[in-house]
Amino acid sequence: MSVRRLRGRQELWLGLLGVLLAFGVCEAVSRAGLVRRSYLPPATEVLGRAVELAGDPVFLDGIGATLRAWALGLGLACAIAVPLGLLLGSVPLVDTATRAIVELLRPLPSVALIPLVSLLLGSGTETEVALITYASVWPILFNTVYGLGETDPLAKDTLRAFGFGRLAVLLRAELPATAPFIAAGIRISAAVALILAVATEILSGFGEGLGIFIAQAGLATDGTRDVLAGVVWAGTLGLVVNGLLVWGERRLFPWTPEHREAAGGGARV
Amino acid sequence: MSHATRTQEQGTERMLQLTAVGQHYGDHRVLHDITLTVPAGQLLCVVGPSGCGKSTLLRTIAGLLPAREGTVTIDGAPVTGVPDSLAVVFQDYGRSLFPWLTVRDNVALPLRRRGLGRAERRAEADRILDRVGLSGAARRHPWQLSGGMQQRVAIARALVCRPTLLLMDEPFGSLDAQTREDLEDLLLEVHRTDGTTIVFVTHDIDESVYVGDRVVVLSPGPGSRIVRDLPVRLRGQRDQIATRGLPEFVALRAEVGRAVRSREAE
Repeated sequence: MSVRRLRGRQELWLGLLGVLLAFGVCEAVSRAGLVRRSYLPPATEVLGRAVELAGDPVFLDGIGATLRAWALGLGLACAIAVPLGLLLGSVPLVDTATRAIVELLRPLPSVALIPLVSLLLGSGTETEVALITYASVWPILFNTVYGLGETDPLAKDTLRAFGFGRLAVLLRAELPATAPFIAAGIRISAAVALILAVATEILSGFGEGLGIFIAQAGLATDGTRDVLAGVVWAGTLGLVVNGLLVWGERRLFPWTPEHREAAGGGARV
Repeated sequence: MSHATRTQEQGTERMLQLTAVGQHYGDHRVLHDITLTVPAGQLLCVVGPSGCGKSTLLRTIAGLLPAREGTVTIDGAPVTGVPDSLAVVFQDYGRSLFPWLTVRDNVALPLRRRGLGRAERRAEADRILDRVGLSGAARRHPWQLSGGMQQRVAIARALVCRPTLLLMDEPFGSLDAQTREDLEDLLLEVHRTDGTTIVFVTHDIDESVYVGDRVVVLSPGPGSRIVRDLPVRLRGQRDQIATRGLPEFVALRAEVGRAVRSREAE
């Protein structure tokens, strides 16, 4: 346990060191005049601006709008992908029948669909949510199908031997066993959804949101500082969301092999 | 009451009847012409080299695998699905117990099919956990327990519905010697008190003679059949040290061992 904690602390310091180094290089390059300040403002200025934005009500409304679209899109993706994944994973016939369509749609880069969907749905929230949903469905869908396939046949047989039927096996064995896979899929999708939210806003160009802020700052003279401050916000949002989801997974699924040690008491034989 | 006298007292009432049972996967024969009558209350051990279809036999009796040939009847009724009166303990407790449930909820799970309320299910689970010596572990999770304790949980879960037929598939195969002996004695105690009919599959010849009222030896696959059917008559109550030293125990163990080996050599 203590070795683990020590390693954790070491990782934390190393991570911090990496951040500080990158930060220092940006700062030095800009201050030394190696590149023009309007291309790369010093890191302290960018960070200062990012902090300043936290007190700007208009900017915060934009963040709120982006997060609302993100949450709505991700929620819709879950509502579609989890039941669909359960269906595909438990009825091989449906899986085979839809395999070709799924493999055709999957590699399409969602960002490339922005112009098309904008044409169909306009450049409002509908487009943004639709694109977020589309892009977020895949990781959740595939993780659900994969997780179902990984369910231990012995766990299913155990329930069957106690006289439980097909539906009970799905709900009491397959679904709980798949839940950690679904959660990991949602975590991947959460990052994808954030990318799509900001990208759609930047490309559609009007309304409100973090992407709009970045797009408009990019048009202004000497806007690089604001663009980078917006990017810092986007990165921070992603970091916080990921951290929260990892924490939630650890709380909800302490039994998975990677969490067991942390929860105290690996299987002793 | 000693094993020997009890075995003679039962005897007449058939619990489990297999008639010319055969199994195959495609061209691969697993079991061939298995005919076996198990009277109520008997503890039957099925021994055979690994890969001889012992587990397949057990899954067939449990109704998890429909018999391709022949018939299986339990209490006179042909097995079509999984019979109600039956419970199974698998070797791999780590995969058979549900890690997301507490020990108590794992044990109470089969009771959900009996229409019991939550409080009744808990009370029943606690009663049976107490019996297998795990009353302190009810609120822990299976993966927080040692292998032996996990298998006790699996046994408790199998007993909670008071099955009339208990099937065990190499239940102690992955445990250390000391734990295995403790669980063998726990099983014998359960059998003595409840009079449950038990089919116990093992590849351990010693264990089969120690635990069983009767030992049936299967030939190695493909197409395993019954090559030996021996009653076990041993003096007094079983004791890990004394019983294993009895001349009749040693003789029986040798006989079972020869039956297993002779077929292996062919």
